[in-house]
Amino acid sequence: MQHVSPIREPLVTGGKTYHDITEDVCRQVEAAPNPRWAAAFGVALIGLAIFFYSVYRTLWFGIGEWGLNKTVGWAWDITNFVWWVGIGHAGTLISAVLLLFRQKWRSSINRAAEAMTIFAVICAAMFPVLHMGRPWLAYWVLPLPNTFGSLWVNFNSPLLWDVFAISTYFSVSLVFWYIGLVPDFATIRDRATGPIARRAYSFLSLGWTGSAKSWSRYETVSLILAGVATPLVLSVHTIVSMDFATSVIPGWHTTIFPPYFVAGAIFSGFAMVLTLMIITRKVFKLEDYITLEHVESMNKIIMTTGSIVGIAYTTEFFIAWYSQVTYEQYAFINRATGPYWWAYWTMMTCNVITPQLFWFRKIRRSLVATFIISIFVNIGMWFERFVIIVISLHRDYLPSSWAMFYPTWIDVGIYVGTFGLFFTLFFLFVKFFPVINMAEVKAILKSSSGVTHHHGHVKHPQGHHTNAVIVPGTATDSNTNTHHSNE
Amino acid sequence: MNKKFVLGIYDDEDVLLTAIENVRAAGTKIYEVFSPYPVHGIDDVLGIKRSRLPIAAFLFGLCGTSFALWMQIWMLGFDWPMIIGGKPHIALPSFIPVTFELTVLFAAFGMVFTFFTVERMIPTFKVNVFDKRSTDDKFVMAIEVKEGVTDMKALDNLLRSNGAIEVNEKEVVK
Repeated sequence: MQHVSPIREPLVTGGKTYHDITEDVCRQVEAAPNPRWAAAFGVALIGLAIFFYSVYRTLWFGIGEWGLNKTVGWAWDITNFVWWVGIGHAGTLISAVLLLFRQKWRSSINRAAEAMTIFAVICAAMFPVLHMGRPWLAYWVLPLPNTFGSLWVNFNSPLLWDVFAISTYFSVSLVFWYIGLVPDFATIRDRATGPIARRAYSFLSLGWTGSAKSWSRYETVSLILAGVATPLVLSVHTIVSMDFATSVIPGWHTTIFPPYFVAGAIFSGFAMVLTLMIITRKVFKLEDYITLEHVESMNKIIMTTGSIVGIAYTTEFFIAWYSQVTYEQYAFINRATGPYWWAYWTMMTCNVITPQLFWFRKIRRSLVATFIISIFVNIGMWFERFVIIVISLHRDYLPSSWAMFYPTWIDVGIYVGTFGLFFTLFFLFVKFFPVINMAEVKAILKSSSGVTHHHGHVKHPQGHHTNAVIVPGTATDSNTNTHHSNE
Repeated sequence: MNKKFVLGIYDDEDVLLTAIENVRAAGTKIYEVFSPYPVHGIDDVLGIKRSRLPIAAFLFGLCGTSFALWMQIWMLGFDWPMIIGGKPHIALPSFIPVTFELTVLFAAFGMVFTFFTVERMIPTFKVNVFDKRSTDDKFVMAIEVKEGVTDMKALDNLLRSNGAIEVNEKEVVK
């Protein structure tokens, strides 16, 4: 009496058993690095080298290595910062918000998405720190008693709020990710054959045994962490948007920024998750866990947030006209028709038109189309930040100081380099850590695998029938019962 | 001192839940149950009480809120008062972001470290698990055999008749 829902597709396909999940996920952790992984890792290391070289130039010769000028004092660095932070948000969203909403489809992708968050925030943090020019004095942003007397940091400044927001976000995400990894580390530990692997994963799994009491507490911790991380996601990008919104620059001084930035962050973040997951599922043969159903669900979120972003662009224009403020109106006309028109129209094309393609089910469920669109979305969102920052700054109130911004090779190098940094970390993660949350996938297996997981099991001893009574509240009682009556 | 355990191995969560109920009803005390993932409903049948970690999280969060407010009010309002952007010394609205972030930070870290403490989770090189398959695909019910108990056969029967696919014995050096 297996019930197959006509509406909900299974989240785990291929008739997996619990043991199959362990095998499929642990395989790449235990196996020797495959050549494709090694090649990709090599490319990432080249990117990392570019990063270190550009950082070395920036620190040795100073911020003059960048293309900034007295009008455009913030350009690629803050663009990249906001972009990377935005990308990070999807991870927390998938792991926290979807956990609170009991969305089971998050289970196969949350691990990689959270890893992406951590690495994206690391990349993001590089930019404000490097923009300081003297990063070894970065501790000045912390409220520490210092040698200048009791001069404290300015708690009225959004830039300082950023310090607290990003560092809290990073550390809470890291803990959330790590807590999620602990049971899976224990699984790898108990399978490990080599002494180094056994010790390493023992160390990482913190002595986890998986007792009922532990799981009970563990679930409480996960739920509360999700509960506090959810408003955290919203607060972080809201605060990032306040870096602009609390200023008086035409094009920045808008109350729409916080929700608009948050939507944009989720939009770009989900696109990046898709870019990474489409490759990961292919390379590690995880098609049974990251199914088209997952891709489709994420595409729906991209479509929704993309539409919110599109509405925000229109609203900004409307408000500029409606406010009757000349400077504000000029800022927006200049965006669409000024010297940076190409950046504006790239943004509009990628962010407003592209996600609308997902209204078609065929495109939503096509991996090739999704992959291409996800890249377009990321390009579009980078340009969104560029448009807001550079175009608003390059012409503000005083025409005599109008200027253009041209990036130098060091600007490009640091940006490209952060991809090297990101992918170096990501490739290490997929090699040494379980890329799919085994425990969670096992927990949803019975209710969402589409097949009863019983096949291949040892035949149950006599006398079992009488005891296999229906346990109230479990959705799949029928599986167990049918199986036994067929014996 | 050596402790002796009887381990019933199960391969299905629903069978396990029924087995726990029956074993407990038979008057046998279950030492611990190990599973590869959180089995829902196990708390009720095992009689595990609701965790008080949410209370800990709330209290830590409260500490974070008070600490953040005290810090900002004292630093900008009393220790080094400065007028910034025409705002009053104690500009509460602009203290909200930092207060919120520290609340979350304290709540999250406080709760997680409480969790580590009560679970005695520390980085270690050697972990004793009763049956290594319990982190893979099997559910393990451990029953402690007290000194002087001889009727192992009955225990064996009880577990097997409740769906255990294997019954093993294990001694643990405590």
